Amino acid sequence: MKEIYKNTGNKDTRSGFGTGLLEVGRRNPDVMALCADLTGSLKMDAFAAEFPERFFQCGIAEANMIGVSAGLALSGKIPFAGSFANFITGRVYDQIRQSVAYSETNVKICASHAGVTLGEDGATHQIMEDIGLMRMLPGMTVINPCDYNQTKAATIAIAAHRGPVYLRFGRPSVPNFTPENQVFEIGKALRLNEGSDVTIFATGHMVWEALVAAEELEKTGVSVELIDIHTIKPLDKKAVIDSAQKTKAVVCAEEHLVAGGLGELICSVLSREMPVPVEIVAVDDRFGQSGTPAELMKAYNLDSSAVIDAVKKVLKRKL
Amino acid sequence: MLSIEKLNEISSQVRRDIVRMVSMAGSGHPGGSLGSTDVLVSLFFSEMKHDPKNWRRDGRGNDIFFLSAGHMSPLFYSVLARSGYFPVNELGSFRKLGSRLQGHPSVEKGLNGVHIASGSLGQGLSVACGAALAKKRASDENSVFVLIGDGESQEGQIWEAAMFGAQHKIDNLIAMTDMNGQQIDGPLKSVMDLGDLDAKWNAFGWDTFTVDGHDKEKIIKAIRRAKELKGNGRPKMLLMRTVMGKGVDFMEGTHHWHGKAPDKAQTERALAQLKETLGDF
Repeated sequence: MKEIYKNTGNKDTRSGFGTGLLEVGRRNPDVMALCADLTGSLKMDAFAAEFPERFFQCGIAEANMIGVSAGLALSGKIPFAGSFANFITGRVYDQIRQSVAYSETNVKICASHAGVTLGEDGATHQIMEDIGLMRMLPGMTVINPCDYNQTKAATIAIAAHRGPVYLRFGRPSVPNFTPENQVFEIGKALRLNEGSDVTIFATGHMVWEALVAAEELEKTGVSVELIDIHTIKPLDKKAVIDSAQKTKAVVCAEEHLVAGGLGELICSVLSREMPVPVEIVAVDDRFGQSGTPAELMKAYNLDSSAVIDAVKKVLKRKL
Repeated sequence: MLSIEKLNEISSQVRRDIVRMVSMAGSGHPGGSLGSTDVLVSLFFSEMKHDPKNWRRDGRGNDIFFLSAGHMSPLFYSVLARSGYFPVNELGSFRKLGSRLQGHPSVEKGLNGVHIASGSLGQGLSVACGAALAKKRASDENSVFVLIGDGESQEGQIWEAAMFGAQHKIDNLIAMTDMNGQQIDGPLKSVMDLGDLDAKWNAFGWDTFTVDGHDKEKIIKAIRRAKELKGNGRPKMLLMRTVMGKGVDFMEGTHHWHGKAPDKAQTERALAQLKETLGDF
């Protein structure tokens, strides 16, 4: 594990999105991009500069941006609409529901600054409900990559996937540890470490925290299976069930509310298919607040030590 | 091109279809549908370039029409069926379980002629902007039409799209507002007055045309003028002055028939006023 998944230098996942978008834009002339006055924040400026005819500035009007994206998509284009996670999910839920999900339009909803790590701007901008909102929509694919390389690969992969996709990434610089130029397989869980005592299912920024936790735990003799659930929907149920069957103890970790998140989703699968004790590392029914990303991860129990605590707890509950 | 007389015959049949569909379903929206019948018949049977037998969702090589005010589905479905998009007999399945003719238009079950789901208001103008931009980028010379309601124009998204259309010079977009002055809770002026819509759209940078929405010659003339102005860098808005419930005396000019089905006696009374010209479904 330590050999392959080493931090090659901190990078923000949104830059992975920007790089991936530019690359896929060069490959496919049908790829278009839209943004609502956050082009720099979303790292969409390189695409906008290289393809001005395929980039549409929408101003601070996200509802219209979703509708325009749907119109482009039904006409055969592949629109990537970008904004902060809060403004491109909760604010425009009905537009996504009717014009994208129900209308089966091939729109890529690209959300940066997701979760509490948006940082100092505070709770008005820190959405932690977005995975739940998006995964409730029939037919919506939901992807939450863990680092720069994976976000870039996911951005390239979703252009080739036909159907609406929610792609969630973040603002801060975080460890970049998955392979460069990896091929991203939508819906395929990625096992980062094989183990036998406990399984950690993690998504997004929490994958690195889980990796650090796993290293610590292994030093104390706990054999940890670590699985990166980058695709929350469709969930790789087989990977989840198989690993739970093997380790008989599960921890889920995500930068999201418990409500509607990965942990709840995995519980709904395991309670029916493979009941084992589960602990969830996520935020329980509260809003975020101002602070640095690192401070907030700690304050909201979204760090490696919270994962370690959860593993210890679940191991005690193991039958 | 069909004569005005022939178009009027089609309108009469479409209005019969609307009344019968809503009556048979026991629910639906006859008022707005009857009010915009002359506008949509003029568009589909005279001015729109379309190929119902070879319909494509991407609308390539043809004009595209979006119904943003999705509750006018009885009108939309009748016009589509009478144009040849799907069998006229299917109109009898309106609002029934498993039907392609959902209460509000959807694409899920694949009904030719429907490009996008609508019903939750305010979204179709944005979608039309996107489709029109796609046509421009593909050097497709055809137009994109969209019908919105005046009540629907209370939705903020309409004005987001208004700004977007002007900013991106979407001059191949011809939007139409059904100006019947009514909405569910009563006359628009008493619910939420929109003031001078002509001045508003002009101020947003659109070319506007105020049209008698029951005079087919004038409707056709306005659509042609709007098409001629393609290339001037401005989107077009046709403000169609209509009477809600037009063609059925007891439904005319009132919001009471926005979303209500006539009973048996009312249906008979309504159909007695509308000549069967093309054969009922």
